[in-house]
Amino acid sequence: MLKIKDLHATINGKEILKGINLEVKPGEIHAIMGPNGSGKSTLSNVLVGHPAYVVTKGSVSFKEKDLFAFSPEDRSKEGIFLSFQYPVEIPGVSMVNFMRSAINEHRKYNGLEPLSASAFLKLMREKRSIVDLDVKLANRSVNEGFSGGEKKRNEIFQMAMLQPTLSILDETDSGLDIDALRVVAEGVNKLKSPTNSTIVITHYQRLLDYIKPDVVHVLYNGRIVKTAGPELALELEERGYDWIKAELGE
Amino acid sequence: MGAEKQYIDLFAQSEELINVHSAPLLNEQRSEAMRHFAKMGFPDKKSERYRYTDVEQLFAPDYGLNLKQLDVDANPYEAFKCDVPNMSTALYFIVNDSFYETNKVSAELPEGVLVGGLKDIAEKHPEILKKYYAQLADVSKDPVTAFNTAFAQDGFCIYVPKGVVLDKAIQLVSILRSTIDLIVNRRILIILEENAQARLLVCDHTTGTAQFLSTQVVEVFAADNAKLELYEIEETSRTNTRISNMYIHQAQNSSVHVNGMTLTNGTTRNTVDVQLVGRGAEVSLAGIAIEDTNQHVDNHTYINHKTTDCTSRELYKYVLNDFSTGAFTGRVVVSPGAQRTLSQQTNNNLCLSKNAKMYAQPQLEIYADDVKCGHGATTGQLDEAALFYMQQRGISQKEARMLLMFAFVNEVIDTISMEELKERLHYLIEKRFRGELNKCGSCSNCKLE
Amino acid sequence: MQEEFKGKNQLDVEQLTKEKYKYGFTTDVETDIIEKGLNEDVIRIISAKNEEPDWLLDFRLKAYRHWLTLEVPTWAHLRIPAIDYQGLSYYADPRAKKDGPTSLDEVDPELLKTFNKLGIPLEEQMALSGIAVDAVMDSVSVKTTFKDTLLEKGIIFCSFSDAVKDHPDLVRKYMGSVVGYRDNFYATLNSAVFSDGSFVYIPKGVRCPMALSTYFRINAINTGQFERTLIVAEDDSYVSYLEGCTAPSRDENQLHAAIVEIIVNKNAEVKYSTVQNWYPGDENGKGGVYNFVTKRGLCKGDNSKLSWTQVETGSAITWKYPSCILRGDDSQAEFYSVAVTNNYQQADTGTKMIHLGKNTKSTIISKGISAGRSENSYRGLVKVSANADGARNYSQCDSLLMGDKCGAHTFPYMDIHNDTAVVEHEATTSKISEDQLFYCNQRGISTEEAVGLIVNGYAKEVINKLPMEFAVEAQKLLSISLEGSVG
Repeated sequence: MLKIKDLHATINGKEILKGINLEVKPGEIHAIMGPNGSGKSTLSNVLVGHPAYVVTKGSVSFKEKDLFAFSPEDRSKEGIFLSFQYPVEIPGVSMVNFMRSAINEHRKYNGLEPLSASAFLKLMREKRSIVDLDVKLANRSVNEGFSGGEKKRNEIFQMAMLQPTLSILDETDSGLDIDALRVVAEGVNKLKSPTNSTIVITHYQRLLDYIKPDVVHVLYNGRIVKTAGPELALELEERGYDWIKAELGE
Repeated sequence: MGAEKQYIDLFAQSEELINVHSAPLLNEQRSEAMRHFAKMGFPDKKSERYRYTDVEQLFAPDYGLNLKQLDVDANPYEAFKCDVPNMSTALYFIVNDSFYETNKVSAELPEGVLVGGLKDIAEKHPEILKKYYAQLADVSKDPVTAFNTAFAQDGFCIYVPKGVVLDKAIQLVSILRSTIDLIVNRRILIILEENAQARLLVCDHTTGTAQFLSTQVVEVFAADNAKLELYEIEETSRTNTRISNMYIHQAQNSSVHVNGMTLTNGTTRNTVDVQLVGRGAEVSLAGIAIEDTNQHVDNHTYINHKTTDCTSRELYKYVLNDFSTGAFTGRVVVSPGAQRTLSQQTNNNLCLSKNAKMYAQPQLEIYADDVKCGHGATTGQLDEAALFYMQQRGISQKEARMLLMFAFVNEVIDTISMEELKERLHYLIEKRFRGELNKCGSCSNCKLE
Repeated sequence: MQEEFKGKNQLDVEQLTKEKYKYGFTTDVETDIIEKGLNEDVIRIISAKNEEPDWLLDFRLKAYRHWLTLEVPTWAHLRIPAIDYQGLSYYADPRAKKDGPTSLDEVDPELLKTFNKLGIPLEEQMALSGIAVDAVMDSVSVKTTFKDTLLEKGIIFCSFSDAVKDHPDLVRKYMGSVVGYRDNFYATLNSAVFSDGSFVYIPKGVRCPMALSTYFRINAINTGQFERTLIVAEDDSYVSYLEGCTAPSRDENQLHAAIVEIIVNKNAEVKYSTVQNWYPGDENGKGGVYNFVTKRGLCKGDNSKLSWTQVETGSAITWKYPSCILRGDDSQAEFYSVAVTNNYQQADTGTKMIHLGKNTKSTIISKGISAGRSENSYRGLVKVSANADGARNYSQCDSLLMGDKCGAHTFPYMDIHNDTAVVEHEATTSKISEDQLFYCNQRGISTEEAVGLIVNGYAKEVINKLPMEFAVEAQKLLSISLEGSVG
């Protein structure tokens, strides 16, 4: 589904990704772990086409298509969803308007008619229940005045609405207490299917107690330096990252 | 001095003609107004009051004036249906500067209420109007007001006696229609006696390709506990120039809300001058300017807190594209002794193109100490992070920008109390942002174009 | 009880308003004053007394001829009585008729006493605070300290007249380059008749090791003071410059029309701090200095930085807008101001931030405090030109009102000609809360002390920007200026 080859990227002229190689197959959950500043968030931003990042080398194919040929919105409509580490507040734009625009743009892309108002509201109701998103929040402006936990729930709610084939969860666990973490993780698990895939970017093991990865990668200094099964996450939790640095001879 | 001469001469030649086609009450003020106009001349850019709009240059071209008040061959009822769906209003028309007389009876108006042509009401009820007409709009202070007072022959009048509440909103559609370039001078007089209430919606339209310069002087008198909501929507054309001077006088505990929305226009200057003279009076001024090409919108507000316990609020928002210019001046004066004044002013502007210009000038002059006053002004762009967030959800950049611009001006629309009008404006503004200019969709006129 | 409480405070008011201007003494020194009046001959005399080169005389005459065509500006929110420019003397030299002092021993002991009374140590061994001082009395610079120490680093710090003699090329290159002689009525007048002032030149890569300071004092009767300050900071240099002002109490009004020009080159930084405490007039509005000053800095080079900090407590009328032209890309400018007016004082002060270069940033923090029957206005312009991509401005203007007979006004202008600019302006007005005062009273703090505390807290953001030595003085001044203003 996703093939990343020798990906290099910079921000403000500084190279952050220094040759990433990664393949994600349908139905797989990949965890990308790594110390702060290793390039985890850069990777997710590059995949969704954030304008601040410049790809200097390498390729990414998504469903056999060149990902970089697509605008950010078309990547979304192709089925890539990013759960932002810091979801932005958009005062004055209601969740309903925002979601309806997004849903209908997706439908148009796939040659479908726009949803009727009642069908849309029904869909909202249905998906809201997946993450227990309060109806009051759904009537407010996008993320405005939401607590940290509410923002993350809102991200997973939007994921449920848009039904992506590849979901990237960027530090979705940061700033969440244990209850919120469970709700969010359960939401992600409910949305899992044999055809869609997930990349979980996280600093800690604890999210992986709830979302079981098939593969765990360690990203360090702009490269994937280690890839193994779920046991790697536990090892990292126990031993930290220093032993990896030591293995690399740093 | 240059542009003035033709008008001074014209007045000297035609004063009699002007008078014949107007009412004595209006005529009484003319020569004094002209004297002041001749003394002051048109303001140039050095004038602080007209710093951002070059009035002299706007009056320089050769325009005609319809001093004989000849009828224009148009039945506005047929041509226009700019009604607000689901909102029942009492509908009136002004074509150019004449009130359009119809056979339609405004039977539903309560006893004692006068609504209609200014000339007509001034002729029939001079005893009521003479206490008010030209009493607020000081001809010695503003040249455009002086000009309008000298030339205006007709307009619109609302008089609501003590204790009467008009349930039905009044809608005044002002249509500019001509084959030659034309100056029109329109006058609106609104009188609300104690405890009276009214709502007025004024829509400005133009048709055809002629250039128009309209001057408008509005005088509003709100007596004790009176309540007025006044909405102005301008949907004219690129060749239209509008200069409007509104004067508001508020007695004790009166409440006035003015919302001026410029959706399409050429050059527009709106002055709102509010005198809070009765304790506990409240005024709220709001405005939107949506501009592109080389449109120009200059909103100039002046609120004088003359006594204690009054409240003023202002909220003006501009969205500027292409080569457009926006100007906002908000002067708030708290006079000596006006204790417990509350005043808050906000002006937010979006500058969306390299060549657009915004001039913002909030001003506070405070001569009392027990006051809470503040203003905030910002000029910036759409939030990049919000744009990207929306794009990530599959919303096109264009659509995302639209949503953000819409959210930006929505705050002003939300100050409107009439739900139907709010909805209508949502619709109009969305169309405006989508570039579907000047088409309301329901006028035969719009459909024809 | 309430009545009694009020009555007591009223008494305090009377007592406190009698607080006299601390610096209002005069000094008896022999002074060489030229005849009153202004004409080309007077300008020639001034120029001749300073032994100026022809180009400078030409500059003065051009300015004078232009000045004759100008009208007094009236746009400020000020009532300025007509000034008889022919009734003033345009040159007063307290050093009497001999040549200027070459060492401290030669300085008139009365003059030294004056500056000592002002707390300005002219004697180097006394200069424990480590500040180099240029003292200007009436029209003439009387003594510059630490001159030699500075010269070792290549720093030039001297009187303007010495600079004209010793560094004519530098003066000629930069004088009038930021404030041209046609700039405005008062700047043009200054350009014609300026007497002396300070000159600072910081060479490339040099961080000035000590703060440089000028103290201005008007002493003589019926004279105007027209000094010029010129500061040039070459690439990668740094200087912090302090300016203090006082004048004796006189019933007549005194005119002060100065010019400050600053040129900041690439990566250089200049901090300019002012504590202005000219005689404000008495409690009935009699006398006081008219302070009509043009101050402007040019952030000429990329990444240059200019910061104006001012504490304005004096003068009967203040008309002053220290401004910045941000020409270099990534240049930064700041304006921090506290302006206090009491009794019949009037102040119309603020800044202009002209953004020309890319990614330029400016910050404006203005705190106005009005008491008595005074008028206090903030007036400021933020202009972002079409090419100034990425410009940022944040302005905050707060007014504090003490009493219901004074005025506090805000006149900001924002001209935005660029679609990448972000400009924010906020203004608030409030009064000293009775609750705060009472709370202090209950804790045993007197009303006047409480006012001092509250006002200093209010002005803290600005005071914090001042160098330590000045901050202490500024704090004291704030309290003194406002004593007796709350009843």
